[in-house]
Amino acid sequence: MVENRPWANVFAHLMLIGGVALVVFPVYIAIVASTQAPGDLLRGSLPMWPGSHGWENYKAMWSTGLSRAGAPPAGQMLWNSFVMAMAITVGKLSISLLSAFAIVYFRFRFRMFFFWLIFITLMLPVEVRIIPTYQVVADLSMLNSFAGLSIPLIASATATFLFRQFFMTVPEEMLEAARVDGAGPLKFFKDILMPLSITNIAALFVIMFIYGWNQYLWPLLITTDPDYYTIVMGIQRMTSEENPQWHLIMAAVVLAALPPVLVILFMQRLFVKGLTETEK
Amino acid sequence: MASITLEGLKKTYGGNVDAVKGIDLSIEDGEFVVLVGPSGCGKSTLLRMVAGLESITQGTLKIGDRVVNRLEPAERDIAMVFQNYALYPHMTVYNNLAYGLKNRKFNREQIEARVQTAARMLEITDFLQRKPRQLSGGQRQRVAMGRALVRDPAAFLLDEPLSNLDAKLRVQMRVEIKQLQRRLKTTSLYVTHDQLEAMTLGDRLVVLNGGQIEQVGTPMEIYARPASMFVAGFIGSPAMNMLPLDYLHVQGSGALLHDLPENTDTVGIRPDDMLLQAPDSPHFTVEATLVLFEAAGAESHLYVQLADSEQPTVIRTSGQPPVSEGDTLTLHIAREAIHPFNSASGKRTGG
Repeated sequence: MVENRPWANVFAHLMLIGGVALVVFPVYIAIVASTQAPGDLLRGSLPMWPGSHGWENYKAMWSTGLSRAGAPPAGQMLWNSFVMAMAITVGKLSISLLSAFAIVYFRFRFRMFFFWLIFITLMLPVEVRIIPTYQVVADLSMLNSFAGLSIPLIASATATFLFRQFFMTVPEEMLEAARVDGAGPLKFFKDILMPLSITNIAALFVIMFIYGWNQYLWPLLITTDPDYYTIVMGIQRMTSEENPQWHLIMAAVVLAALPPVLVILFMQRLFVKGLTETEK
Repeated sequence: MASITLEGLKKTYGGNVDAVKGIDLSIEDGEFVVLVGPSGCGKSTLLRMVAGLESITQGTLKIGDRVVNRLEPAERDIAMVFQNYALYPHMTVYNNLAYGLKNRKFNREQIEARVQTAARMLEITDFLQRKPRQLSGGQRQRVAMGRALVRDPAAFLLDEPLSNLDAKLRVQMRVEIKQLQRRLKTTSLYVTHDQLEAMTLGDRLVVLNGGQIEQVGTPMEIYARPASMFVAGFIGSPAMNMLPLDYLHVQGSGALLHDLPENTDTVGIRPDDMLLQAPDSPHFTVEATLVLFEAAGAESHLYVQLADSEQPTVIRTSGQPPVSEGDTLTLHIAREAIHPFNSASGKRTGG
């Protein structure tokens, strides 16, 4: 805004502060709750200030978990979630980069047919195709494995579509210059296209990682072995107990929220850098 | 270094659109040939066919003694400079120059030596570690030239390389390109729509129109004896004036014009050849009214309306003649300054 009206400024800030408070408050409550003593949260009134049991709650959750509720230690569940989310993210990115590359740069038969085929699957969320997918995974005996957790979620029409749109904005001369410079298709992809897409890759990495991390229904269906529980479904298991240990559950919740935050912080640097370095 | 031979080269799009309709041309080793023509005349398509970026529908293309019709651009041993430079934005200038050499498996010392030599030649040594976006338009243009230079190819192909520069820089780079080509003696094919660039750069000019060659020749040959009305109108600025022969007969100049070749019905007169003072040689005169006076420093452009004619006509004179808009002028045209044409075929008459 070009205008300089002090009251508009104050108003804008009040709105922003209000919005932030609204979003941050539940997170604050979770952190406060995770530092209380075992009985404190069951008395009916929610404390507003952090208690003194934070360290022991987190330690208990991290190393022993809630075995009574059938949940393994949070450390292991976090690791499981991390492996699954990374496998999904890396898998999605590589497959969609390659398929977008094929669709944009190669003139093969039925090119548009394949594009629309991919595009149409956008309209089918995991939940709709969950029963046939389960059948396939069970038949391939991938239940209770990282492969079963990640592979069915790897195909991504969204990422393919976004990369296609981006590749189409790369000037044609870039490809021609590379051809004159003696670069074959894969070399062009590796040396020119990938570095140019780094901003998009970083942005999609964040989105895909959080998508993978937050998977709930699918891990719940195909894992029965606690060794493969992910943190998101683990939390659900803890709450379904008769006397939920809320202070420990909240500790697990806070732990579960950390990795996505770290990923965003780390990737943010990368795509801010990418954005400011883009030509023109 | 090598010659380039085009034999009956044709390009057809989508089965029936002819972009290039059979071009025969042979470019000698070390020659600088400029393809010039209006937009859509097929000059860029032709260049891209030579580069290998467009497929050849029909005909034979030879670089040296090798038929290269079906070879990839990289295998044709050519280097290309693109209109928008097409520098790799994420690589430093050094890597932009080195990329083609790396792909050709040169070792590190060779790459270093070649990049440094090219950079010195183009005076971009100071920018080698910068990224293209940190360079000005003129510097980017140099990098694009450098990328072609390091390869030491058989031929340079340049696709309107100066059209993204401002006027002053364009003149400067034009001179540099000319000097560079003289020094390196690399066969070059240069595409432009700017007739001034074409005249000043080329050893030979190829004027294209509608996918066909209108005329091939040295710049001065083409200027002095345009082979068709199209070439006459395209080369030279302001464009050549065209007058119906009948008009001159009515104006009483018939006596001087009876020896024009057969079938002549139109004559062309360059704006410089319509004189305000009578020359010594045989000439004739026409009356005209000055409509608009344009002073352009060392020269002036006079837009006149010829007596009893609707034909817009331009005169170029040096300096600023003492005339004002609305005056009636007497124009003197020397007999030898007349270019005879046939309007039906569009060709020059009398060979």
